[in-house]
Amino acid sequence: MDKFRANLMICGGTGCIASGGLKVKQALEAELLSRGLEKEIGIVITGCNGFCAEGPIMTVYPDGTFYEKLTPADVPEIVEEHLLKGRPVQRLMYKEPEKKKVLPVMSEIPFFNLQVLRALKNKGLIDPEKIEEYIARDGYQAAAKALSSMTPEQIIAEIKASGLRGRGGAGFPTGLKWELCSRVPGPLKYILCNGDEGDPGAFMDRSVMEADPHVVLEGMIIGAKAIGASKGYIYVRAEYPLAVQRLQKAIDDARAYGLLGEDILGTGFNLDIEIYQGAGAFVCGEETALMRSLEGKRGMPIPRPPFPASQGLWKKPTVLNNVETYANIPSIILNGSAWFKSLGTEKSTGTKVFALTGAINNIGLIEVPMGIPLRKVIFDIGGGMKKGRKFKAVQLGGPSGGCIPESLLDTPVTYEDIMQTGAIVGSGGMVVIDDYNCMVSVAKFFLEFTTDESCGKCPPCRIGTKVMHDKLVDITEGRGKEGDIELLADLAQDIINTSLCGLGQTAPNPVLSTIRYFRDEYESHIRDGWCKAGVCRPLVTFYVEPEACKGCGACARVCPQKAVSGEKKKPHVIDQTLCVKCRSCYEACKFGALKAGPGSLAKELIEKAKGVETR
Amino acid sequence: MNKGGNPKGGTKKEAFMRRLTIDDLKKIKEQYEATFTLRHGSYRARVTIHMGTCGIAAGAREVMSALVEALAEAGVKDVVVTASGCAGLCSKEPMATVELAGQAPVKYCQLDAQKIKRIFSEHIQGGSIVQEYALVMGSETSY
Repeated sequence: MDKFRANLMICGGTGCIASGGLKVKQALEAELLSRGLEKEIGIVITGCNGFCAEGPIMTVYPDGTFYEKLTPADVPEIVEEHLLKGRPVQRLMYKEPEKKKVLPVMSEIPFFNLQVLRALKNKGLIDPEKIEEYIARDGYQAAAKALSSMTPEQIIAEIKASGLRGRGGAGFPTGLKWELCSRVPGPLKYILCNGDEGDPGAFMDRSVMEADPHVVLEGMIIGAKAIGASKGYIYVRAEYPLAVQRLQKAIDDARAYGLLGEDILGTGFNLDIEIYQGAGAFVCGEETALMRSLEGKRGMPIPRPPFPASQGLWKKPTVLNNVETYANIPSIILNGSAWFKSLGTEKSTGTKVFALTGAINNIGLIEVPMGIPLRKVIFDIGGGMKKGRKFKAVQLGGPSGGCIPESLLDTPVTYEDIMQTGAIVGSGGMVVIDDYNCMVSVAKFFLEFTTDESCGKCPPCRIGTKVMHDKLVDITEGRGKEGDIELLADLAQDIINTSLCGLGQTAPNPVLSTIRYFRDEYESHIRDGWCKAGVCRPLVTFYVEPEACKGCGACARVCPQKAVSGEKKKPHVIDQTLCVKCRSCYEACKFGALKAGPGSLAKELIEKAKGVETR
Repeated sequence: MNKGGNPKGGTKKEAFMRRLTIDDLKKIKEQYEATFTLRHGSYRARVTIHMGTCGIAAGAREVMSALVEALAEAGVKDVVVTASGCAGLCSKEPMATVELAGQAPVKYCQLDAQKIKRIFSEHIQGGSIVQEYALVMGSETSY
């Protein structure tokens, strides 16, 4: 993409368009063209700025001059004076109003201004059950273009050039996947959509399907044309009833309008799409297992090759893409691959949707340009840690991913860089973990999940994950031994190397990454019988440090056992014989006076208390 | 089936409930863009209740019913109320976006039936934003 020496950000919000923003944009385009400046100065349409009453408005970058109430007649003067001679046009500039607005505008709040909405461009804006509203936002224009004026080769070339990679987690280049399938001859091919989102804490695909179901259909129509498919299935888990309902309405409406079915848009192209509800098995997110499930069989993976591109669903050539991948397709076809690549990095282009959750202030669904540092996502968009806690790690990629510690927070979010840390971008679940969490327990949680969800077909996954989980249980319950860490790491490698499918091949990642960055926690569990985060009950003793205690009584009030006692404004004491280690007091203390000591400390304290009594 | 016909010829519904051509797509786009941007004059405000799973779980349906009730009670007919998906800030649901014609959309958060009724009378009817419940003004950048 060309580098512009200046960018004109024209507000494309409804207010500004209503007051003539598009006419100003057209006038600018014409003026720049007539003066031969179109390669020097770029024009960008932005979302609503919030100053609709002053519209149409425009900001000139890099200098940041803010123009208001523009008309096409003002355009020549701005180009001549400001853009050529460098003198901003005073009379058109924004004047500070007398009364200051209290309500912040989106461009001032990091949660909004660091996001770029592409896959989510209709998020919260259109009524997902009204196909006309989708069409009003350029919906089905890309399908019309692809079906009427592009060959399959041209579609594939455009998607390949865009650099779009699968958003489901593995990051396989979408264009290449389509190309491989398009080259396999066959009268019947399938195009599938993977909506079997199963990572704990991930809800990107659900939100896209609920907020903008037609974009998924449109992406599938374009993909079907590219590979020559005539039948499509959307595999959605039954736990997403609203997504299923809205997708079904979308399919019905699209059929009624001839956007699905035979002779779509009068172009002679046929495609029908059906929803298939999965029963919620995690392994069915794996492509070969998903296809078996669609065939009505038990959802279990099969070895590859043959790859689905040649022998997929019912042994027919098949392409399976993730919901978010499809949501990116229409705008690539409409705006071109160069536009798509203008955001992101060389190998990770475009934007990525994340489900941001955990111990941060702003929990939600966000879309950011690839390459943004993790720190910005967590602290600026996420609004920092909840209750002023300390950041400990961020978990990316769910049960297949890993935990990234604070020292690596400047890692840019790209497929390659995140992979280097031992985590994966994955489908986009991002769980922020604070210092009240024990990392061994976090690893245990994920292993418990994969042990449950392992389909049981191959022994490394079926038995291996169970053995690893048992080891982790031992460590968290005080039965850890020297050599356990090495054993876990060794076993992890074997499971990765020998498992049949992606589930087993990635299941040990949460353990490996926590060993890599939080080895000291494993060691203190095993050697000192001490869970320093105060999570593993057998390995912790809560006690009050008298010097730090202000005697506020917050701990005593929350204790369900009435184990905490003490006079007001005097140091409190925990009766270790009553304490059940629920850690309510630990979380309630605002002065850091409550400490988590090693598990053996309780015994010592009890002995000590007895000693005092008998004396 | 008259493929080449003008969709404005019949009633809206009749004309569109048939197989579309590429030209029809453009016509629908133009026609609905007007509604969408509150441009064609018959509506003065648009309220979008964000009804993704997160919003509904937090009570968006009650908010929606309360608003519809308030509109009916006041006999207001020039306000469009629509449902939409998650607004992105799931921890602050239920959320609603209120947009008066020609003004910036305002996002309200953590709503309930009482709050939306107050927003209806003060913001939608009275024209002044209820600052206490408002989160932000404007809409997101998309390119």
